[in-house]
Amino acid sequence: MFKEYTKITNIIGDIIELSAEGVTYRELAAITNHNGDTSLAQVIRIDGSKVSLQVFAGAKGMSNRAAVRFLGHPMRVPYSEDLLGRIFSGSGKPIDGKPEIANAAETDIGGPSVNPVKRVVPRNFIETRIPMIDIFNPLVESQKLPIFSTPGEPFNELLARIALQAKADIVILGGIGLKFDEYIGFRRKFEEGGIMDRTVMFVHTAADPVVERLLVPDMALAVAEQFGIAGKRVLVLLTDMTAFADALKEISVAMEQVPSNLGYPGSLYSDLASRYEKAVDFEGAGSITVLAVTTMPGGDVTHPVPDNTGYITEGQYYLVNGVINPFGSLSRLKQLVIGKVTRDDHGAVMNAMIRLYAKALESKKKISMGFEKTETDEKYLRYAELFEERFMSLRVDIPLNDALDLGWKTMAECFDRSEIGVKKEVVDARWPKGA
Amino acid sequence: MIDSSLTTGHVVGINGNMMAVEVDTGSVVQNEVAFVKLPDAKLKAEVIKVIGKKCFLQVFEDTTGISVGMPVEFTGNMLAVELGPGLLGQIYDGLQNPLLLLENKQDFFLQRGQYKDPIDRAKKWDWKPLAAVGDRVRAGQWLGEVPEKFITHRVLAPLGMHGSAVVKKILPEGQYPITEKVAELEVNGKTVVVSMSQEWPVKKAIKAYKERIYPEELLITRQRIIDTMFPISRGGTSCIPGPFGAGKTVLQHLISKFSSVDMVIVVACGERAGEVVELIHEFPEMKDPKTGGSLMDRTIIICNTSSMPVAAREASVYTGITLGEYYRQMGLDVLVLADSTSRWAQAMREMSGRLEEIPGEEAFPAYLESRIAGLYERAGLVQLHNDKHGAVTLIGTVSPAGGNFEEPVTQATLKVVGAFLGLSRKRSDERKFPAIDPLDSYSLYIDQMGESLNKNLDREWTKMVHEAEDLLRRGAEIGKMMTVVGEEGISIDDLVAYLKSEMLDFTYLQQNAFDDIDCAATIERQVADFKLLYKALKTPFSFETKPEARKFFIELQDNFYQKNYAAESSPEYAKFVSKIEEIIVSGGGRLV
Repeated sequence: MFKEYTKITNIIGDIIELSAEGVTYRELAAITNHNGDTSLAQVIRIDGSKVSLQVFAGAKGMSNRAAVRFLGHPMRVPYSEDLLGRIFSGSGKPIDGKPEIANAAETDIGGPSVNPVKRVVPRNFIETRIPMIDIFNPLVESQKLPIFSTPGEPFNELLARIALQAKADIVILGGIGLKFDEYIGFRRKFEEGGIMDRTVMFVHTAADPVVERLLVPDMALAVAEQFGIAGKRVLVLLTDMTAFADALKEISVAMEQVPSNLGYPGSLYSDLASRYEKAVDFEGAGSITVLAVTTMPGGDVTHPVPDNTGYITEGQYYLVNGVINPFGSLSRLKQLVIGKVTRDDHGAVMNAMIRLYAKALESKKKISMGFEKTETDEKYLRYAELFEERFMSLRVDIPLNDALDLGWKTMAECFDRSEIGVKKEVVDARWPKGA
Repeated sequence: MIDSSLTTGHVVGINGNMMAVEVDTGSVVQNEVAFVKLPDAKLKAEVIKVIGKKCFLQVFEDTTGISVGMPVEFTGNMLAVELGPGLLGQIYDGLQNPLLLLENKQDFFLQRGQYKDPIDRAKKWDWKPLAAVGDRVRAGQWLGEVPEKFITHRVLAPLGMHGSAVVKKILPEGQYPITEKVAELEVNGKTVVVSMSQEWPVKKAIKAYKERIYPEELLITRQRIIDTMFPISRGGTSCIPGPFGAGKTVLQHLISKFSSVDMVIVVACGERAGEVVELIHEFPEMKDPKTGGSLMDRTIIICNTSSMPVAAREASVYTGITLGEYYRQMGLDVLVLADSTSRWAQAMREMSGRLEEIPGEEAFPAYLESRIAGLYERAGLVQLHNDKHGAVTLIGTVSPAGGNFEEPVTQATLKVVGAFLGLSRKRSDERKFPAIDPLDSYSLYIDQMGESLNKNLDREWTKMVHEAEDLLRRGAEIGKMMTVVGEEGISIDDLVAYLKSEMLDFTYLQQNAFDDIDCAATIERQVADFKLLYKALKTPFSFETKPEARKFFIELQDNFYQKNYAAESSPEYAKFVSKIEEIIVSGGGRLV
């Protein structure tokens, strides 16, 4: 029913160009190479009869006599309960050895944005059992939050742990440019943790064609959206969004677009925002929470990818030297839950502990500069040690209320009650007995 | 007249949201609106370049599914907004689609190609004529009025009218919908029928006033650091650049809540939807102290958040300023907040790239500066034909890449605004909010309004403010010195100056946005607080030792700080004031 074209005029990078009629913008095409290899491709520019397509599997080995058949619809992803427990590639093919999803409704990827008046103000605390998150920068349902990190840091372990411990109805993993080992790592952890049956994975590994990377967030979020509308609380994990941005760069350069900053396209902000903004709390239905990883090239937070991300997302967690840094990290939505949904002393503990830790670091600095160590300094040093061991270490795994109690205990072990700068009523109610 | 109603064309190319169209018949107007017809929807677009028979249009919607050969209809009209009673309290997208009306169906999403009337056609308004038959009127003059929420909405003679007109007919008092023909004018022998609403192209400034006048009056935001140190005038312009997480959004919300104006237009341009959601849910619950109504009653929200189509984002800022200009014609004091102008500039950049224009710095188009200047110049204080005053104050946030103020949007904005409130990462990391850097920021209005400030606030006001600024600078220098030589390396006098500047910063410049009392300080309170603080700053305290000085300032500073949390004219407040006076005297102070 669809006409087949067999005359590709240009091949530039992973983009092919040919003459065709009646093609619609963003339409998909199926390409069959002379050797029988097949791939999908998407229309990204039409100029008169000249049509440009980006080939998902890449144009390596592509013959200019390959057959191109337009399919009449944009990229879609199947959606049904059968997706749960399954693993797909960046182009939506099953890679877990199981059959394709049959008889499922299909939904367009990259659909329209949610009407802002249909959103509700987020108000549900998501407990992760990681004190640096729960106490200091709590995660809120429907929040979009990246982990800013550098290669070599355990960000994927952190992501997997949150997925296992945050009680989401559905977990959707979008792996973008993952190392094969990392992919298997996620899979094992999810299987051992017993959450695989409520997980869907879209995995693009570093060895896969670069164009497929671009599809992963859209596929993951389109599926998440369908589950969300159906009333599920969905947690979407995207790792690594810098790899996604790099793929955008590659395509835009091949398309001869004028780059804006370090070669990234001028639309980088919009491109990232249209993905992150899928995080939502639907009025009268479910929600989508997005946790992503953004690796900072050279650890530089002003690099265009983390910089644009920071403007888009509702805060960020800094993962450096294997711990979540309490100072750069921020959850913009924390005010909505602290003390409102969580315990009434939460705000006081959070502020006091951070302030004390900041002072402790000052003491450390002072001593390292050769100034004299005072009695007060001793207290702070002891506190810093306990804080790092009991709260900052990623090995710590305790619920929020236990963490708050431990906070009081720690402060009482190091300081007098008048030294912590907390309102009297709160101290009276919570200061450990006998301390 | 050119009749462009017949102009049609067909699509010949598509690249992102840019569409190339070949014109079949008729003429094309630069910036006119056209619709492309898909099988299932009609999408709005704007002509942005004409090359022979081919023209380029930016499509305001997702362009998926557009195909070569699809028919395009040109409207002959530039992108316009509808102006009339019923705008207040509305939430619009960048093209003035009312989002609350689009939500009627069981649909969470903004489906493309849905366009709704911006103003309710059926609602009836209590019309009262102001002009009489035989009156001569000019464009923008008041023909009648209707009450809209808490303001008096004037119905204006057509804003685009040339010369003057004679009122031929005018409806008597009564209840009419906006579509009713309330008046008939005769212009150059031709009859013009006037209803309560009219359209205006967003990219053209409304200039139906007598003249622009020099802004000399303070716009009160109730934020101490702004009103006292870096004030903005009514009808002035200001920009708030800052890196992410430095508190731009919170500051914007505070300004929109507490500013003493008749109405506020918030343009959420390419920012998070979540922020708008907070406004939508918070404002109807909050009281406007001036009218007793809700804050929403004096607010219009234009919301084109970051995931909504980019071309409409470019339009949204113009839509907001046009609505502001319209209400200014009624003699009202309007505040327009554009958050963020960087996203607006980026929308221009995206389009410029697709048009293959020669890029300027960071790939922004060469006309970036003139567009930014053109936008800010639309703000201003004006004298209307009836000699009443109206004002549009424009405050734009800027989101500089990497937090670096050297980038083109910040620099172009700095050239045209009167007050620069730069947020700093360092201050926000130290939890000093609002994180406006007192050393980097400036306001040209402090001297421009000097006379009126000294008359209305205090005879010595501007002098005191400048001295406070000098003290902050000196404090910063001493602070730097101390990091090198330690406290023991500086003199007691320097330490005292340093502690004074710290106290000024901590107890006056910083303000707690999340405290019910401290979040907003009336101008009367600011004057009283600042004068008391000034007294402490000017007192030449003498101390024997540095620890003694520190101890003294800890107590003094704490009393100033606690005072911020005491309600104005409450007994606690009075208690702190007398305690502070007492401490100043105990420090051996004598006012010089």
